[in-house]
Amino acid sequence: MEKRVTFNEKTLPYLLVLPQIAITIAFFFWPSWQAIYQSVLLEDAFGGNTRFVWFDNFAHLFRDPAYYRSAMITAVFSLLVAGLGLSISLLLAVMADRIVRGATAYKAFLVWPYAVAPAVAGVLWGFLFNPAVGIVAWTLRIFGYEFNYVLNGGQALALIVFAAVWSQISYNFLFFLAGLQSIPKSLIEAAAIDGAGPGRRFWTIIFPLLSPTGFFLLVVNVIYAFFGTFGVVDGLTKGGPAKATEILVFKVYNDGFRGQDLGGSAAQSVILMAIVILLTVVQFRFIERKVHY
Amino acid sequence: MATVSLRGVRKSYGGTVEVIQGIDMEITDGEFIVIVGPSGCGKSTLLRMVAGLEKITGGEIAIDARVVNELEPKDRDIAMVFQNYALYPHMSVYDNMAYGLKIRGVSKGEIDERVKRAAKTLEIEPFLERKPRQLSGGQRQRVAMGRAIVREPKAFLFDEPLSNLDAKLRVQMRVEIKKLQRQLGVTSIYVTHDQVEAMTMGDRLIVMNKGVAEQIGTPIDVYAQPASLFVAAFIGSPSMNFLETRIGADGSLALDGASLKPKTRIDPGRAVTIGIRPEHLSVGSGFDLKVELVELLGADTLVYGRLSDGKGLVVRLPGTEVPKIGDRLPVKAHDGAWHLFDSETGKRLGAA
Amino acid sequence: MVENRPWLTIFSHLVVLIGVAIIAFPVWMTFVASTHDAQTMLRSPVPVLPGPHLLKNYSEILTQGYARTSGIPLTIALFNSMVMALGICIGKIVISIIAAFAIVYFRFPFRMAAFWAIFVTLMLPVEVRIVPTYGVVAGLGMVDTYSGLIIPLIASATATFLFRQFFLSVPDELAEASRVDGAGPVRFFFDILLPMSRTTIAALFVIQFIYGWNQYLWPLLVTNKESFYTAVMLVARQATAVDATPSWNLIMATAMLAMLPPVLVVVFMQRQFVRGLVETEK
Repeated sequence: MEKRVTFNEKTLPYLLVLPQIAITIAFFFWPSWQAIYQSVLLEDAFGGNTRFVWFDNFAHLFRDPAYYRSAMITAVFSLLVAGLGLSISLLLAVMADRIVRGATAYKAFLVWPYAVAPAVAGVLWGFLFNPAVGIVAWTLRIFGYEFNYVLNGGQALALIVFAAVWSQISYNFLFFLAGLQSIPKSLIEAAAIDGAGPGRRFWTIIFPLLSPTGFFLLVVNVIYAFFGTFGVVDGLTKGGPAKATEILVFKVYNDGFRGQDLGGSAAQSVILMAIVILLTVVQFRFIERKVHY
Repeated sequence: MATVSLRGVRKSYGGTVEVIQGIDMEITDGEFIVIVGPSGCGKSTLLRMVAGLEKITGGEIAIDARVVNELEPKDRDIAMVFQNYALYPHMSVYDNMAYGLKIRGVSKGEIDERVKRAAKTLEIEPFLERKPRQLSGGQRQRVAMGRAIVREPKAFLFDEPLSNLDAKLRVQMRVEIKKLQRQLGVTSIYVTHDQVEAMTMGDRLIVMNKGVAEQIGTPIDVYAQPASLFVAAFIGSPSMNFLETRIGADGSLALDGASLKPKTRIDPGRAVTIGIRPEHLSVGSGFDLKVELVELLGADTLVYGRLSDGKGLVVRLPGTEVPKIGDRLPVKAHDGAWHLFDSETGKRLGAA
Repeated sequence: MVENRPWLTIFSHLVVLIGVAIIAFPVWMTFVASTHDAQTMLRSPVPVLPGPHLLKNYSEILTQGYARTSGIPLTIALFNSMVMALGICIGKIVISIIAAFAIVYFRFPFRMAAFWAIFVTLMLPVEVRIVPTYGVVAGLGMVDTYSGLIIPLIASATATFLFRQFFLSVPDELAEASRVDGAGPVRFFFDILLPMSRTTIAALFVIQFIYGWNQYLWPLLVTNKESFYTAVMLVARQATAVDATPSWNLIMATAMLAMLPPVLVVVFMQRQFVRGLVETEK
């Protein structure tokens, strides 16, 4: 799409895009280039000597069991976050969509978690499940289930999944609700006249029509789980216990800032960049398709 | 008040596609010029070139003897009424009308006076404080007019200003715009695709087709002596009947048994298209028409039929005459009502 | 709904109510914790109903801070968060709207290059380039400054696209009419385009304010001095401090106050929020 009218000024447009472009170059392109550049260098511990090492950093990474473990954890984590997040919010959206009276009030009560920082969300859930004082941990103990995310890696992972899902639920909910409300009422009525009950209508009419929204949200949720959940992890488990919740983003940060392994961290950054570019392309491909409906 | 001159005006995009192929015209002071043509003929582009919204790639445009090719729209002293009115949605009607004056540094008192006066003329005084979205289509149209009037420009430019209105309102506004233009005496250029608007409003018309001015003339000229097949077909409703034939050896035309004598000499053997308007045919001995369809319009009756050689013809009869489908209807042409066109070039050859 | 089945409606209400309850529960417990004293909050089970120490806890945290991890009063961190959130939010809107204006309303060499340069930043979230970005910021001497907190985060492809989308939907004739009226590009921008963009700006403001306020990783990197810590940072620091017995009442009071501004914005500007959320993802 292009505008027909244009103003004739020659320098003004450059001045207008300058701030955006300058910041983009300084804080996006240059650092990204640096990440790529550093990923093929090896720096000694004191930062004095650097050596060009081709793809050694990558090779080293792919031989590193810790990296595989982190990748596996990330995969499980994102599957759980996307799966749980989408199904819970779909359920809530479908139910809320059925409710005629009071729907806006419910909506108001469901959207605000979006405003809570993931790091704070991590802290809130950590408090609920705190082994010493957490009310949920205490309740579970009464039922004979020992919940201690500080010691148990699986439980820690479950906990960051809860917190991450909680953070993202309002977003998913709003999109599903918008998707549901955009389905023409006449379609539902036609199906009802054809004799389909509510459950059948959902699976044969509503669910297929909602699938574009669902797919879009799936990609968004995976991106969120990969990159948006740093705060949840740092506010809750700091990657522990024993690196059981060290997702890839957290590992980049940990290796780069704590471990001072610049080359390795940069190589990880490059891999993450590739992942996020891939996901973004998928997302745009999909949006293009949606436009043509 | 001003004259507008177009001298060999051309427009091309990227030097290859020429959308305006050389237009020449002198518009006198106070004249109402209508540019009419089908969509894509370049009529809006021509108007926008006068406005300064499109670059002129060849020739020149002068307003009041001053060449304006390189001038910004604001320096050309023109006002424009857009098809979708282009009212600023966040400004009140008053502010919409005052905006151009404010930019030009007109004093507050004078702005107020001019806006009030224009509002009175256009009968939009009660709406001055409203936003455009609170107005009906007709009212918006008036505000767009008002915005042009308050500027007291040298020329008004109208870009299909009535095409977003319903049919009834369109007729009403047509009359009002024409009256207003008479009253103010401002030179106006008006673009439309509606030939009725063109015929009723224009002092002169430019009939455009594919970037070329097919004919420039008064509405009556254009109707009575169309310069080309295109003009003949475009002006008039229902459209002129066309029949393809050849000039005979004796310089006359044979048509369904009858013979026509062209008023000017045309080379024998030449392929010509003869045209006749449905309203210039009436019942009487001449041709036999086999009636296929009859449309009753009340005042008129349109008869669709075929001649014995299979050529189709439309006849417009008074509403009192209602032939039956399948009947044979004898029709005759009015004297001198035949138009002759060269079949290859489409140019007018004369009458018969 | 199409047919009248009371039990189905009741079931719907029930499901949504349970959802609301589960979603609200962590925040309720946080609130309750912030109203008791430290001793109560160390005995399991912790109370589930509010106690009498609300004012005391909040005033302590606001004026003195949480002594176990850092001595700065929360007021300072809240102020920092506010500066950062407003700075990111306003900065993003300003540089995006003028960039979109240039890209939509002008034709100039490198226009498409500029467009794509902005576009690909979508693909480079700060998380994947933290170490080198920190290097740039450190090199520019922007560590422990407000500009270091704000400027690297204000380039935004989404905001630029949103404005571009909106500008493309503005009829061409409006710009032409203003040109005929005598307005140049700057005047057109301020008199016509900016007022027309109000709703888009409001929607973006809400989204970007939340985005700015909730930043975590970035402030963590570029602040060393406690006086530049943000509220969200303080919450995480207090909660994950390992060595001391936690004062949950104070930590949770901090958390409540760190959540409050963005939650209020969402609650009171819900329409703009929903609009902004849905539109920035198109």
